[in-house]
Amino acid sequence: MQLFPCPFCGPRDESEFHYGGHAGNARPDGAGMPAEGWAGYLYLRPNPKGTAREIWVHMNCGEFFVMERDTVSHTVLSVTTLGGEHAA
Amino acid sequence: MTASRLAKGGSAIDRSRPIRFSFDGSTVHGFAGDTIASALLAGDVAVVGRSFKYHRPRGIWGAGVEEPNAMVDVGGSLASAPNIRATTEPARDGLVTRSVNATPTAQTDRNAFLDRFARFIPAAFYYKTFMWPDWHMFEPRIRAMAGLGKVDRDWTSPGIADQINHHCDLLVVGAGPAGLAAAKLAAGAGLSVTLVDDQRKPGGSLAHRAGDVDGKPAATWVAESVAQLAGAGHVILPSTPAFGIYDHNLVGLNQRHFDGRPDTLWRVRPRQIVLATGAIERPLPFANNDLPGIMSADAALVYLRRYAVLVGRRVVVATNNDSAYEVAAALAEAGADVTLVDIRRDGMPDTPAKVRLVKGQALASASGRLRVEGVTLDDGTRLDADCVLVSGGWTPTIHLFGQARGKLAWSEQRAAFLPGDAVDGIAVAGAASGAVSLSEVFASSVNAVASLGETAEPAPRSTGPESTGGISAAWPMPGSKGRIWIDYQNDVTAKDVELAARENFVSVEHLKRYTTLGMATDQGKTSNLPGLALMAAITGRTVPEVGTTTYRPPFTPVPLPSFAGVRVGEMLAPLRRLPLENVHRASGGVFQEYGGWLRPAHYGGGADADRSIQDEALRARQSVALFDGSTLGKIEVIGPKAAEFLDFIYYNTMSTLKPGRCRYGFMLSENGVVFDDGVLVRLDEHRFVVSCSSSHVAAVHARLEEWRQDRFGRGAVYIHNATADMATLTVSGPNARKLVETLELGLSLDDAVLPHMAIGHGSYGGDEVRIARVSFTGDRSYEISIRADRAEPLWAHLRQAGQAFDAVLIGLEALMILRAEKGFIVIGKDTDGTTLPHDLGSDAPRAKRQADYVGRRSLFTDEASRGNRMQLVGLTVPQGEAPLPTGGHGITRIEGRLRSQGFVTSSYQSPTLGRPVALGLIERGGARHGEAIEIQHLGKIRTATIAAPCAFDPAGDRLHA
Amino acid sequence: MTRTYSALSLFKEGLAGQTGWQPAWRSPEPKPSYDAIVIGGGGHGLATAYYLARNHNISRVAVLEKGWIGGGNTGRNTTVVRSNYYYPESVELYGLAHRLYEGLSKDLNYNVMLSQRGMVNVCHSTAEMEVGARTVNAMQINGIDAELFSPDDVRRVAPIYNFSANARFPVFGGVWQGRAGTARHDAVAWGYARAASRLGVDIIQNCEITDFMIEGGRCRGVQTSRGAIRAERIGMAVAGHSSHLAAKAGFRLPINSYALQACVSEPVKPILDTVLSSPANGVYVSQSDKGEIVIGGGLDRIPSYAQRGNLPTLEGVIAGLLEMFPIFGQLKLMRQWAGIVDVVPDSSPIIGESPLPNLFLNCGWGTGGFKAIPAGGTLLAQLLATGKHNDISRPFDLDRFATGRLIDEAAGSGIAH
Repeated sequence: MQLFPCPFCGPRDESEFHYGGHAGNARPDGAGMPAEGWAGYLYLRPNPKGTAREIWVHMNCGEFFVMERDTVSHTVLSVTTLGGEHAA
Repeated sequence: MTASRLAKGGSAIDRSRPIRFSFDGSTVHGFAGDTIASALLAGDVAVVGRSFKYHRPRGIWGAGVEEPNAMVDVGGSLASAPNIRATTEPARDGLVTRSVNATPTAQTDRNAFLDRFARFIPAAFYYKTFMWPDWHMFEPRIRAMAGLGKVDRDWTSPGIADQINHHCDLLVVGAGPAGLAAAKLAAGAGLSVTLVDDQRKPGGSLAHRAGDVDGKPAATWVAESVAQLAGAGHVILPSTPAFGIYDHNLVGLNQRHFDGRPDTLWRVRPRQIVLATGAIERPLPFANNDLPGIMSADAALVYLRRYAVLVGRRVVVATNNDSAYEVAAALAEAGADVTLVDIRRDGMPDTPAKVRLVKGQALASASGRLRVEGVTLDDGTRLDADCVLVSGGWTPTIHLFGQARGKLAWSEQRAAFLPGDAVDGIAVAGAASGAVSLSEVFASSVNAVASLGETAEPAPRSTGPESTGGISAAWPMPGSKGRIWIDYQNDVTAKDVELAARENFVSVEHLKRYTTLGMATDQGKTSNLPGLALMAAITGRTVPEVGTTTYRPPFTPVPLPSFAGVRVGEMLAPLRRLPLENVHRASGGVFQEYGGWLRPAHYGGGADADRSIQDEALRARQSVALFDGSTLGKIEVIGPKAAEFLDFIYYNTMSTLKPGRCRYGFMLSENGVVFDDGVLVRLDEHRFVVSCSSSHVAAVHARLEEWRQDRFGRGAVYIHNATADMATLTVSGPNARKLVETLELGLSLDDAVLPHMAIGHGSYGGDEVRIARVSFTGDRSYEISIRADRAEPLWAHLRQAGQAFDAVLIGLEALMILRAEKGFIVIGKDTDGTTLPHDLGSDAPRAKRQADYVGRRSLFTDEASRGNRMQLVGLTVPQGEAPLPTGGHGITRIEGRLRSQGFVTSSYQSPTLGRPVALGLIERGGARHGEAIEIQHLGKIRTATIAAPCAFDPAGDRLHA
Repeated sequence: MTRTYSALSLFKEGLAGQTGWQPAWRSPEPKPSYDAIVIGGGGHGLATAYYLARNHNISRVAVLEKGWIGGGNTGRNTTVVRSNYYYPESVELYGLAHRLYEGLSKDLNYNVMLSQRGMVNVCHSTAEMEVGARTVNAMQINGIDAELFSPDDVRRVAPIYNFSANARFPVFGGVWQGRAGTARHDAVAWGYARAASRLGVDIIQNCEITDFMIEGGRCRGVQTSRGAIRAERIGMAVAGHSSHLAAKAGFRLPINSYALQACVSEPVKPILDTVLSSPANGVYVSQSDKGEIVIGGGLDRIPSYAQRGNLPTLEGVIAGLLEMFPIFGQLKLMRQWAGIVDVVPDSSPIIGESPLPNLFLNCGWGTGGFKAIPAGGTLLAQLLATGKHNDISRPFDLDRFATGRLIDEAAGSGIAH
């Protein structure tokens, strides 16, 4: 059971969170977007082995936030709100 | 008799409470406090089980969790389970125990003959044969031989296993000298401590080994320490193995109860952990080292001191290290004739009194059939013995450290792996860290607590005799004579390891998998290290070069119910229930689960459910129907950018919707697939209600939140899921308006004021109600939403007043018929994960909308523009035929091969039309109305005609009737 | 030296003390260049090498394995072999694998213990039965054996299932594939390794890829922990590492990696004859020939490269298992572990040339790679040998994500996304 620090609620069990995708996958304007570009947004993922920047949602409070963590050791490196504020 | 109970002594047993249980049909006598193993030994039962593969007779090896041999099936009111370790299970009055893998008894096992064929069935032999004519010819008989214990088919659960979440500053695993010392030090430093041990009594080695602490006998120090910790409110859990360390140092504990209750699972979240898990004695390699009567030397001391069982009269103690000397001395003292055989020539402790020492010799082999009768030394000397005690050295119990991804370091001096680099928040103390003497043990506890950043004083002092750790490694060697067992339970011998090496299975993981070394229920606690040391010797590598296999939880087997906890029956996946459930039940509602909701499928009907469903659907069209639609999603979207937000969320433009009006629309996923459908209500300029499918409420809410936070921010849009706040009661049918009028809601029901797809506000009994002219039946309908806790009077009123109109209660099944008659879809039933909105006939937004919305770009891929997409259609069959099978496929034949053209998604008998109606997704279906299509179901073929989805009132007149 | 495996050779070796067996595969030093390199010594990689040699006569082949062969998902899965798929493209792919499995022991001269004791996917509602019927009909139309089971049929193959009236998920029936079953996972890797090695393939263990050699925009070889190795065609079958190596090669894949856990109970005498899966309970289960109850469930929900079990998912899976088989409440968990699975949005594999020319992919099998090993090997071998797709692998090319022509089995079973 991993402990994730919600920037709003503090450390909580992993089962309260839901993975939202990798951070920085900005949604392109679809109009005029080539099929490959749209497919890249929809499907291609960095999926790093090691440090990952990810979007998570704490389902209890409903807030999305950014979490940096290590996908091998499961160490949590940092959490920030979508607005960029660092949490303790 | 050779093993026997002594007249006096035994710190663990209560001679005033004799008990009786059965083993393989014979009665065994013991005392309260005995384990099954100690009682069997006291009764001189030598053969307690049979090995997995060769059905070799096996006796008790150890006295703890490492036991590879003494497994029993247990029955009786206090326990009922297969594969119970006799060495850790308390003997209790009335238990019925049976040896495993033996027919009819361990003593007289019918399959013992297999051992004579051992040379032909070495490790992994099954990969090399049974291929002709076919493995299926052989498998049933091999399968029948598999397994150890038997599952009791009549077993019933004794109840729900408790699960406890626990927090503490420090968790100490192991209540031996190291763990007790660490716990006391930490408690002294002000930490909250939890101390756990797999034994029934704290003390560890101090419960049977000599020693004095702080000037007191060890037993006194243990008792005082435990009392002191417990008195200060620290948690002490005996009979509670720690079975796993998981992510972020969560520790799983398996608290055993021996009173018939299921075990308890503890999830401990300590700030820090001290592992004081001790060490496990290893066997020595010699031929036939698996015979009953050959056991761990330390275990013999446990049986003597704790249970007053003298394991033999004529005892050979074979060792390569100092720890067996105390054993030899104690057994001689207790009256046994003891010969001590040490492989070393010098550097040993003093020879104990009354013990004969043979030095510089190892055991070459043991002899005997159902129990050991003697041993032969390397020099050919033969010694008679009724019991052979062996000590091949000590393997620190570092499983949990390994699970926590601690690196191990090989110690040549200790001939063992020790904990290497520290793991955050975990320290190791005592024998697990390689300490031997009590002084070293206590020093290691001080270090452990200090390494976690806590002050560690005052440390206990060892004031008695100190053990010494002299050892000369004695690993199995290649080319040895005879059959030397490495893994007892799985019957892996030294020759099997050599065979694996010969065949290039030299990686330690290959060795394990190829030979099954270490894969038995004991998970190789006694066998792993000798096995890989032998592999190292064969391949000319060092032991650390060979390395260890991955340590995997659980350290000791954990009952499955511990993991399930309360998640049994309905609690496995709790149902969502209607506010009016009891009212519906009183009306004869027959409930079924639909998408996680428990809802009335129909009312009454007894055995003939179909007839009652048909009747409900028919009467609904004739006059008026009442339906509980409370499960319908009601998600409010509020704020200055709510309309802009919903334009982005929906496939359809929503910002043009006027306040007080409703619009039907689709939500898509980014891949273009229709995710949900429903009606959007605009309450006012900046306030909307999203009605979504009952089973999609949580998912729709999550998506709305995700897009809001991603694109619209906090200030512009607010989302609130009000689904559970309100009950929604639907009145539908030609007389719907008349019935609703009786409610006197205080608003005009005039169609000019409240037309189809409009909403109004009124009140009932002082509570606000919202009334929506939305129809899922095709008839004039009013959806009335009211506070969930005030819905009952309104429902009662409708039922009462409805009698005048022959109103009918309809369940979900009748509603399904009504909506299918109209060609209205249910997402996930009439669509699948590939369905795009234009497949459902909704082309206009795709063709016309310029603004971006979720999923838009995906509607223009090659696939989305493909000409032969599956499209929603109606499917008709002649009157008098049975409805089409849902799940049947439309087929064509191409070059003699069948090909699916789509499938039937919904199909019912329509009582109003007097014929079946069906919906389906069929390739190019939209352009094929009137065409015949063959429908195949379970090998049978019928013909249907493709039609428009709507089969009833296509002009929609009844909405306004 | 004894080369062929048979009852007779086993008997002769028994008389000779089992001393005449050859290494199952050679462990040579890597050569500086090969005709083809296969990265990944799991089932798919070893099978690829074997079929390169057997089907295409290309035996100057190296299989490069970072650790020990068969140590990834090949040795961590729950060993189910089946082809009960919905879409024709999937049926072709998994049907090929299933047929090859049926002849594999004899083909490889290695008993992989394919045990076709059947598999039932239990349906727990009318809606699930309707989707079950849709699936059975699709399978039958596509030429795969399938039956729609009644509750009585389920009872016949699994009498110990929970048929009580208060079961959380009552049994409405099921989807049966009689040819489905299990195979011994390690044996599949070792059998392919032995057969490939005997055809001249070099199997190089402890050989980690550190970089790709890219010249003129094409892949020309790999840098490894054991030196540079060149080849004209390079195949990659590295489940659990696909994205990691793709990043080294300079491209991204439509993959997220997750841990998939499995566990076994202590061994007990035979009690469960078939493979059972219950989507509602989130569990699939079988009993091994050793007697262990082999239990699998859903993915851990957190992207991960840690091959490590944990509690939250395990607890849910075991709760589901006990709901299916209440009498398993007397059993104990003996071992739990995890593998890293590469999950593709449509849950179908990716087979084809990568964005880096000369580098070919066989990845993205998600939780279902084991059952597909013979097909994955055959198809990647053909790509490496000819540079061209087999008709069966064509629909699984990476280009399907741009065209939108996904092959989404979950979607076909009515799960809207």
